[in-house]
Amino acid sequence: MLTILFDGIAYGMLLFVLACGLSVTMGLMNFINLSHGVFSMAGGYITAFLINRWGVPFLLCLPLAFLFSAALGMVLERTLYRRLYARSHLDQVLFTIGIVFMAVAAVDYVIGSQQQTVKLPDLLKGRVDILGGSIGLYRVFIIALCGCLAVTIQMLLVKTRFGSQLRAAVDDPRVARGMGINVNTVFAITFAVGSGLAGLGGALGTDILGMDPTFPIKFMIYFLIVVTVGGTSGITGAFFASLILGIADVGGKYYVPQIGAFIIYALMVVVLIIRPQGLFSRSRGK
Amino acid sequence: MSMTPTAHQMMLDQARWRWSESLFWLLSLGVLFAFPSKALLFSQIAIMGLFALSLDLILGYGGIVSLGHAAFFGVGAYAAGLMAKHGLGDPLLGLAVAAAVAACVGWLTSFLLLRGSDLTRLMVTLGIALMLFELANRMASITGGADGLQGMMVGPVLGLFSFDLFGKTAYLYALSVLFVLFLLARKIVHSTFGLSLRAVKGNALRAGAIGISASSRLVAIYTLSAAFAGIAGALSAQTTQLVSLDVLDFHRSADVMLVLVIGGVGWLYGGIIGAIMFTLMQDWLAGITPQYWEFWIGLVLVCLVLVGHDRIGAGVKSMVARISGKGSAA
Repeated sequence: MLTILFDGIAYGMLLFVLACGLSVTMGLMNFINLSHGVFSMAGGYITAFLINRWGVPFLLCLPLAFLFSAALGMVLERTLYRRLYARSHLDQVLFTIGIVFMAVAAVDYVIGSQQQTVKLPDLLKGRVDILGGSIGLYRVFIIALCGCLAVTIQMLLVKTRFGSQLRAAVDDPRVARGMGINVNTVFAITFAVGSGLAGLGGALGTDILGMDPTFPIKFMIYFLIVVTVGGTSGITGAFFASLILGIADVGGKYYVPQIGAFIIYALMVVVLIIRPQGLFSRSRGK
Repeated sequence: MSMTPTAHQMMLDQARWRWSESLFWLLSLGVLFAFPSKALLFSQIAIMGLFALSLDLILGYGGIVSLGHAAFFGVGAYAAGLMAKHGLGDPLLGLAVAAAVAACVGWLTSFLLLRGSDLTRLMVTLGIALMLFELANRMASITGGADGLQGMMVGPVLGLFSFDLFGKTAYLYALSVLFVLFLLARKIVHSTFGLSLRAVKGNALRAGAIGISASSRLVAIYTLSAAFAGIAGALSAQTTQLVSLDVLDFHRSADVMLVLVIGGVGWLYGGIIGAIMFTLMQDWLAGITPQYWEFWIGLVLVCLVLVGHDRIGAGVKSMVARISGKGSAA
């Protein structure tokens, strides 16, 4: 019971790290980006590559995965995504699906369609007993790391100057520009950090979620649910949405395997009926 | 005053049947006799065209961006397939049941779409399609699961024309269904209902202010669109005598969106013209790189958006208009 709960929390935390960048760009900036999984995939693959080919230690791979995905996100934002902020939602959907298809096929072509595996360091392999439940150390590690990240990100958003600039730029880009905030740079950095976190999530999740070329398509629905269910109140909503989703998904698949996969959809429908604007939403309609 | 046409006249003018349209349909009949060996490909185009037409009803006229339109295609395909498997092989009956079942699913799920933003709609449509995919996968005893539905026996159309190997009957059957449904859709989008739908899409708040209920319009068009997609799915099941999980796949939803966008969103020929271009492209690309053709699909999508699909759609439209002489068709 406790094991499942812990697995669910770890899974949810992972989802949060994967999707929290998206909850800012999609939830707050209202830019529909279905290609977020591509950055996670980049992070996962670079990790697998570094570990298996060059023997880079796992813990060192994590920041590298973050940097790689962030750089990729930065480049793509500057060259392509930036043009789409002002376009219709249909354009954004079409464009980002196009990116997903290209990435999936390209990875399949270059690397192959097999599952990627990463060798975890021995340090993270064992299991510990907490309150009578046996929990994998790696899960504990994920929960601790992602928990720290969540707190850090929230602090960044709420307490720092950059956070205020971002919130201002999201609320009203024109006025923010008038106040001397370089909105383009703020968006570019946000996008890069979000992509980097996705990459980090991909690196961490390779062992738990599995990593193959269809990753961006498989997890698209999870990302969408986290963002919509979380609502547009910032990352707190996304955090709770991820946790609920993670626990429900793991618990559902364990206790009622016959209908396990449907739990998340049922959750989606229920939340939508009770709170159409998401769990946490700002009173202001957008 | 008398020189400027009234709104009423303008709308009547838009709804007028043009000779270029007759030419289009005659041509689409004629290709069968010009290239009889390609009949199977043509029937694929007709089915894809109908499917894209159904998406156009909600996207172009209702303004709903859907990531899971394959849900209704798949439901229709499985409905028709299951009927044919269990001895009810009459094609038209299959179409009717498929339409009814798909419409029911569409009607039930449409209420979830009324809430929330575009983002919510994306999630809901994608979620429902995935859910149905999972359902079809799990209920392998009924649907055949990953192996597909086997043992379909489709009877002759109207009890007269049985399906042949070369797809001649299949094409004529699919084309006639497409034509009839096209006329129906044409009638609907030019009716007062269609016009009010356009008002809702333009500005739901103002439409509400002049007494148009957005919700009921959206529910109606979504249900209708689901029925159309279900019929497309049924046609696909009957003409290929095969239903697999592929009919509910995410790729199908994305493909149909691409089809519609190539041809032009918001006019009824868009889906059909897009289907012609898409299927020919697919046929050609699959010949070169059978495995990785989705890369090219993605590339086309990206380029389309960067160039601006409105411009391409407008280009296709104005080309058609130039051929037909004046005004925009349909």
